[in-house]
Amino acid sequence: MNETTQPTIKKISNKERMKIPRHAMPEQEPLVRAKNFFEVPLGYTADMAMEEADRCLQCKDPKCIQGCPVNVKIPQFIFHVAMGNFELAANTLKETNALPAVCGRVCPQEEQCETVCVIGGKVEPVAIGRLERFVADWERASRKVSLPAIPRSSGKKIAVIGAGPAGLTCAGDLAKLGHSVTVFEALHKAGGVLVYGIPEFRLPKQIVEAEVQYLEKLGVKIQCNFVVGMTRTVDELMTEDGYDAVFIGTGAGLPYFMGLPGENLNGVYSANEFLTRMNLMKGFEFPNNADTPVPMAKHVAVIGGGNTAMDAARTALRLQWTEKVYIVYRRSLVEMPARKEEIHHGEQEGIEFLLLTNPTRFLGENGWLTGMECQKMELGEPDASGRRKPVPINGSEFVLTVESAIVATGNGSNPLINKTTPGLTANKYGNIIADESGKTSREGMWAGGDIVIGAATVIKAMGAGKKAAAAIHEYVTAKKK
Amino acid sequence: MLTVYPILEKNDLASKVYRYVIAAPDIVKKAKAGQFVILRLHEGGERIPITLADWDMQRGTVTLYVQAIGKTTTMMSMLKVGDFLTDVVGPFGLPSHVEKGKTFVAVGGGFGIAAIHPIVRANKLVGNKTISIIGARSKEMIIMEDEMRAISDEVRIATDDGSYGTKGFVTTILKSMLEHKEPVDVVLAIGPVIMMKAVSDLTKQYGVKTLVSLNPIMMDGTGMCGACRVIVGDTMQFACVDGPEFDGHAVDFNLLMARQKMYSPQEKISMEIFEKTCRTQEHRETAAW
Ligand SMILES: Cc1cc2nc3c(=O)[nH]c(=O)nc-3n(C[C@H](O)[C@H](O)[C@H](O)COP(=O)(O)OP(=O)(O)OC[C@H]3O[C@@H](n4cnc5c(N)ncnc54)[C@H](O)[C@@H]3O)c2cc1C
Ligand SMILES: Cc1cc2nc3c(=O)[nH]c(=O)nc-3n(C[C@H](O)[C@H](O)[C@H](O)COP(=O)(O)OP(=O)(O)OC[C@H]3O[C@@H](n4cnc5c(N)ncnc54)[C@H](O)[C@@H]3O)c2cc1C
Ligand code: SF4
Ligand code: SF4
Ligand code: FES
Repeated sequence: MNETTQPTIKKISNKERMKIPRHAMPEQEPLVRAKNFFEVPLGYTADMAMEEADRCLQCKDPKCIQGCPVNVKIPQFIFHVAMGNFELAANTLKETNALPAVCGRVCPQEEQCETVCVIGGKVEPVAIGRLERFVADWERASRKVSLPAIPRSSGKKIAVIGAGPAGLTCAGDLAKLGHSVTVFEALHKAGGVLVYGIPEFRLPKQIVEAEVQYLEKLGVKIQCNFVVGMTRTVDELMTEDGYDAVFIGTGAGLPYFMGLPGENLNGVYSANEFLTRMNLMKGFEFPNNADTPVPMAKHVAVIGGGNTAMDAARTALRLQWTEKVYIVYRRSLVEMPARKEEIHHGEQEGIEFLLLTNPTRFLGENGWLTGMECQKMELGEPDASGRRKPVPINGSEFVLTVESAIVATGNGSNPLINKTTPGLTANKYGNIIADESGKTSREGMWAGGDIVIGAATVIKAMGAGKKAAAAIHEYVTAKKK
Repeated sequence: MLTVYPILEKNDLASKVYRYVIAAPDIVKKAKAGQFVILRLHEGGERIPITLADWDMQRGTVTLYVQAIGKTTTMMSMLKVGDFLTDVVGPFGLPSHVEKGKTFVAVGGGFGIAAIHPIVRANKLVGNKTISIIGARSKEMIIMEDEMRAISDEVRIATDDGSYGTKGFVTTILKSMLEHKEPVDVVLAIGPVIMMKAVSDLTKQYGVKTLVSLNPIMMDGTGMCGACRVIVGDTMQFACVDGPEFDGHAVDFNLLMARQKMYSPQEKISMEIFEKTCRTQEHRETAAW
């Protein structure tokens, strides 16, 4: 295909093209899915995908590409979909995006690629994310996963710390350039938040496993059960174990608590604990196929308004003994940082949103949580973040009866690497300081993802991994042995 | 790099306490007194923390003493030499704080005897006078007596029924030492929470510095989940990364005891199902004969 000329897919005018309605995503029925852990959206069929692809105008100046943090060649891959060339579409996607099956599902497309789609101003934007998911799923299902040609071994060894999206992407790119790459992961499974945080019904773990296996086929070694800082320090990897460069992608794994009275009562969890028990440890299969217990509460309150809060709430709802789940958020729906789609799904499934509400203390009996005292809030002047600041309404306290409360008010960065790597500079929040390419204050050490920018998104972490891989390649290639 | 962790030795000691020697060469390189590992027996298994009782640099092995009390530890007690653990990771936690020129008294109960072992040794190695007080219900339940004698200047034993050593608790011995003004600079207590609390309450009266190693419920061991949070003084600490060793006079033991019961109902269900399936399996095995 000659990409400079505008390809015609179906011989129709742009005006007609824009009349095609955005194809809805088939989904499991809300009340059915609210009690199972299967994926909620079922995915497009090939026909649906081709129809949706027909909506793309194949713009000469495709704004969508700039909206994507890794600059996926969106019109090109969509063109291949419209033509029914799914294999070509998959190859195009993979040129820039190592995890399309993941991104197609969890990217906040409505804030990235789709928000700048040219037709978006007049009609609904092209469903870029859903098409991306379709192509990746098709490739996995048809087993047409093709391996790129790998150049001869460069003789350089690179250590990647953390098997989250940042680390995995960096490892894949470096392996494709012929370097010998080992990923060190503290947990017993690779994937980072993709396996311990994001639930099965939003991102089936089998997809993450397939992506990790693909990397292994590229020659990446994945060493789980290896805590850098404890099992080995970064410096030991470089000076004793002969790694030429290191990429640090350790994520934002430090839960914040609220400092409220009663937060150590049994029944109060960090979202990290609750989600890890449920996802990584498969607690929803307790006691039959998994040994890790999960809370058995009838009434659950989740505090916070981000993706983590929505995931925790929807996960809690799916446990068979849960009757009621509340989201307790101190601002209003408009300010909620969670993806609109997740909020909508949560509402459909029956989660009750207590907005402009803030917990003031946890109440308990004999060490167990029995309720949560809350206060109503109203919106005042805009604060530093530009959002209107919630202020408490005096005398509006009320008690919510809950046996379980999940605190999802944010994560900080885990200090383990900083503490054990002298000379590696971090800011006051513990985020490692790195430049555009991920280069840190220490020679030969790069960093990227949540550990650098704070809790963000999968695609941003991947973008950082990618940039660092390019810089590391340049560095080790120039470096004399 | 190993991806499975074979059991090279196993001994059935006493009162459901087993000794395991496991190949874990990566961990051995960094192991220090006071640290622990987290292990998982099989896919679907729970992550459980176990203290490093000993390690062998040459063989690349760690030695663990595990008391069978619930499903995971009971399942582990059924494993044999040659079986594999799916995951062993670590070392976790800060190494024990060893000060030179002190008379160091270590108090161990239950699996706590195994846990004080490397710490007593570390104190002995820097030239401290070491006194180990170990206790159990009765004589057959005392573990590691020879190992403790090898690294302690003195070993004192307490049994509840008086079948060996002093009749009474480990605190009975410690109390008499303090009452008789025997020199004691630092006390370390590891064992059931109730014991660590009793020791701390006692030494507080005499103003003797006391360290305890806390055993809250843990999961990741890296400070990511907050399950292991404890209150020490006025601050929340994560025992897996900030501990497990803390100042016994500042620990909120009541909170720790309450939090250890977090999953009691579920643990009971888990154990019941396990025992039932075990029994049917045993039945099948005997039936086959
Ligand atoms: C519940 C939840 C839901 C989310 N939903 C979305 C969403 O829908 N869309 C979206 O785009 N983003 C979402 N995010 C954010 C997104 O998941 C993160 O921004 C992204 O995963 C960051 O990637 P990372 O590679 O930097 O770190 P992580 O994914 O956190 O991975 C870091 C890895 O490093 C390992 N590690 C840490 N320390 C060490 C060490 N010392 N040695 C060895 N290994 C170590 C960790 O165990 C982990 O596996 C969500 C986050 C959460 C928590
Ligand atoms: C730092 C540390 C070091 C330890 N060292 C040893 C040791 O050397 N030898 C030994 O026998 N035991 C040790 N323990 C205790 C051991 O981890 C528990 O006995 C084990 O997890 C029980 O699991 P279970 O499934 O057999 O029992 P369960 O029936 O599940 O639980 C029994 C009790 O064990 C505790 N427990 C349960 N799950 C966990 C968990 N994931 N983490 C911590 N505690 C839990 C709870 O208090 C619970 O009530 C240690 C604990 C900690 C935190
Ligand atoms: S990776 Fe994410 S932002 Fe980029 S095109 Fe795909 S869905 Fe859009
Ligand atoms: S901006 Fe929209 S219509 Fe234009 S190429 Fe991109 S996806 Fe297609
Ligand atoms: S065990 Fe998770 S933070 Fe300590």
